[in-house]
Amino acid sequence: MSFELLLEAIVFGVLLGCFYAAVSIGLSVAFGLLDVPHVAHPAIMVLGSYCTYVLGRYGWDPIVAGIALMPLFFLLGVAIYRFYYESFEKRGSDAGVRGLAFFFGLAFIIEVGLILVFGVDQRMVEAAYIGRSLALGEFRIPWRMVVAFGVALALTAGLTIYLSRTFTGRAIKAVAQDEPALRLMGANPVRIKQWAFGIATGVTALAGAMLIVVGPVEPSLDRVYIGRTFAVVVLAGLGSMTGTLAAGLILGISESIVLMQFGASWAPAVAFGLLLVALGIRPQGLFGR
Amino acid sequence: MAAALLQVKSVSKHFGGFAALSEVSLEVAEGERFGLIGPNGSGKTTLINCVSGALRNEAGSIVFRGEEISRLAAYQRTRRGIARSFQIPRPFHSMSVLENLVVPLGYVVGLNDTDAHAEAVRILKTIGLADKAQTPSNRLSQVELRKLELARAMAARPRLLISDEAMAGLAGNEVDEVLKILFDLNATGITIIMIEHIMQAVMRFSQRVICLDAGRIICEGTPAGIVKNPDVQRAYLGA
Amino acid sequence: MKFWIGMAVTVALAAGLALSRTNEYFFYAGFVVLQFVVLATAWNILGGYAGYVNFGTAAFFGIGAYTAVVLFKAAGAPLALQILAAAVISGLLGFGTGLLTLRLRGIFFSIATVAVIFIMETAMVNWRYVGGATGMQLLRPPVMEPFESYTRMLFVTMAILAVIAVSIARYIEVSWIGRGLRAIRDSEEAAECFGVPTLQLKLFACTVSGALMGAAGAAMPMYMSFIEPPSSFSLTYSVSALAMPMIGGTSHWLGPVIGAVLLGSVQQIVTVTISNEINVLVVGVLLVVFVVAAPDGILGLLKKLRWLPRSSR
Repeated sequence: MSFELLLEAIVFGVLLGCFYAAVSIGLSVAFGLLDVPHVAHPAIMVLGSYCTYVLGRYGWDPIVAGIALMPLFFLLGVAIYRFYYESFEKRGSDAGVRGLAFFFGLAFIIEVGLILVFGVDQRMVEAAYIGRSLALGEFRIPWRMVVAFGVALALTAGLTIYLSRTFTGRAIKAVAQDEPALRLMGANPVRIKQWAFGIATGVTALAGAMLIVVGPVEPSLDRVYIGRTFAVVVLAGLGSMTGTLAAGLILGISESIVLMQFGASWAPAVAFGLLLVALGIRPQGLFGR
Repeated sequence: MAAALLQVKSVSKHFGGFAALSEVSLEVAEGERFGLIGPNGSGKTTLINCVSGALRNEAGSIVFRGEEISRLAAYQRTRRGIARSFQIPRPFHSMSVLENLVVPLGYVVGLNDTDAHAEAVRILKTIGLADKAQTPSNRLSQVELRKLELARAMAARPRLLISDEAMAGLAGNEVDEVLKILFDLNATGITIIMIEHIMQAVMRFSQRVICLDAGRIICEGTPAGIVKNPDVQRAYLGA
Repeated sequence: MKFWIGMAVTVALAAGLALSRTNEYFFYAGFVVLQFVVLATAWNILGGYAGYVNFGTAAFFGIGAYTAVVLFKAAGAPLALQILAAAVISGLLGFGTGLLTLRLRGIFFSIATVAVIFIMETAMVNWRYVGGATGMQLLRPPVMEPFESYTRMLFVTMAILAVIAVSIARYIEVSWIGRGLRAIRDSEEAAECFGVPTLQLKLFACTVSGALMGAAGAAMPMYMSFIEPPSSFSLTYSVSALAMPMIGGTSHWLGPVIGAVLLGSVQQIVTVTISNEINVLVVGVLLVVFVVAAPDGILGLLKKLRWLPRSSR
């Protein structure tokens, strides 16, 4: 591969990687911090994409739509966690198996539901920044990638600051590390986790908007994103926000290079391959807790 | 002087940047009643996790009956004679009380089905849970759960039994019940390491006591001596 | 003893039906239901007994199908040999996946099984020999005496496989292996501390489970006279293999059988009368409903209603 092509792949990979990081950050909170076996996370993101698509048909800009959807998805997240907690976490014993089965079933229901409503064809949105490219010296970078990159950075930075600077944010981190201590301080761990899961889901709405900006979506997209998001979260180390960014970049650049060299059919396998390697060699990730 | 059954040499364990254990060394003699105390978070459970094999120590060595066991899986260490009870009881909740004992009797001691069941009944009788043999283990009271933890450890026919806060949260007479079980076990030759917060239990039971704080040993000696030690008092009350 | 009589009766019944004048469609549908009995039973060995949730049934099933195709194409191998080879290859796949991830927490194993589906499907898509992305037609060998049609023979074959799968599951369940697996499911940490070689038992369950799933997949190419990646690695297999034991009951070998027969039949009816998508939706919804409301499945409900004796295992 020529040096120019490699450089282009890397640049694209950085943009893609930041996007992957932002898309995984909801999972980083839900699974990394809260220990919820949330395999339905990518499915909810795809749901967000389709909601964005619907709003797009009414003339909404996708990113604006994504932001507008965040409060709705926040409530959805709170409801899901509440349900999960009442049905599984509270009862202990077989909760692990059943919790996993529940989220798997939920993901499936969302996917099939989307097929029933929208069909299996790909859906896209339109915006001023989709379809045009930015010329940077010798490279042409699609504007939609730049927008996604910008939103992703803002989202990741925002969430990181929230978790480390605000009171509720730090309570969320605390509940992840030492729940009994938190209880002793008078805080209600369940309400904190509920809030956190709500935020993780709200963020996922915006991730879904970015997803449909970056490319067309179809209902089965959640499957490959299970690989991507979990690869990022595992590689990052559970609960590490900065790690999520680093891991996202690693994934984005690897995928971009593979895409350029071997074609589109092998690119999705990169995430899963990376995931298996991470699990096999260093399961605690790069910045593990 | 009895030979050292267990030798912990300079064992360290970190979690991320946090040092749970820093170069901890101790020896437990065969047949001894050994107490391990220290404030919450001092590393007591981490230490027994390293000894029992639930965790791998990063540095140092653990020698049991003359054999280095740091690299062995937990089930292999149990088969060599180390058993433990859990601080928060972890029964095999889908099984009856009896069945809980059958597991170690089969997998550690190697008994067949019939013998394992018979022996399990015998152990339940000695510990006072015989009438609960068929009860599902997720329907026991606190003190019954603690007894089951110890019974299960007994079923593994250990040379060394580590009792991790077996009496936490129990009422006075219940504490005495559990303490008596431990004394009786020790009388049959089992070495016992007791981790406990209930000081009077530790004092009555132990021949030697070690105090941990922030992953290090800060004091070692007789129960009477330990209690008077200023470092120990400071560790518990906070400086 | 009653069990073996029951198994013998099942095989005899299947053979008898195949030799009778029953409508051909019965065998088409019956084959699929029996296939699910094998898949559900196989899944339950690791999922129900040990508590490790496999999302990747489709991978082991699909690789079994492709192994059969390779053997058929390269050597014209008879079906029995195809099934055996498929079991070996899928068993190895199970062993490998387990070796990589069973040391970690359950959810990592589950995600890894999704990864295996993707990787296997991508590999088959890129392999020309077996037809690549578009797949391959297969010519069935001439019909075997005494059966009227190849489908009938496949039906009986699958019935025998189902009996084998259930027998293996039952053996594991009542043996010391089953006791160890149950200990792992209840409290893996305690199991490890009380002499149970957890990794070895989990690997064993994972290998056996994978092998049985591969065996079930081997007959698929001949059933369809066709093979292609999307349908061979269809996620429906994964969801069904998980839903059926959850619905039927996971602690006893009868649970997956009940779940497979019930849900499999419902699936056949819905697919034919309504649509395939609705069928899949029904499976998903039933899974969630049962997981939330009836965690011990139909067997559990029957026990609660005192229709079945409660035994303390």
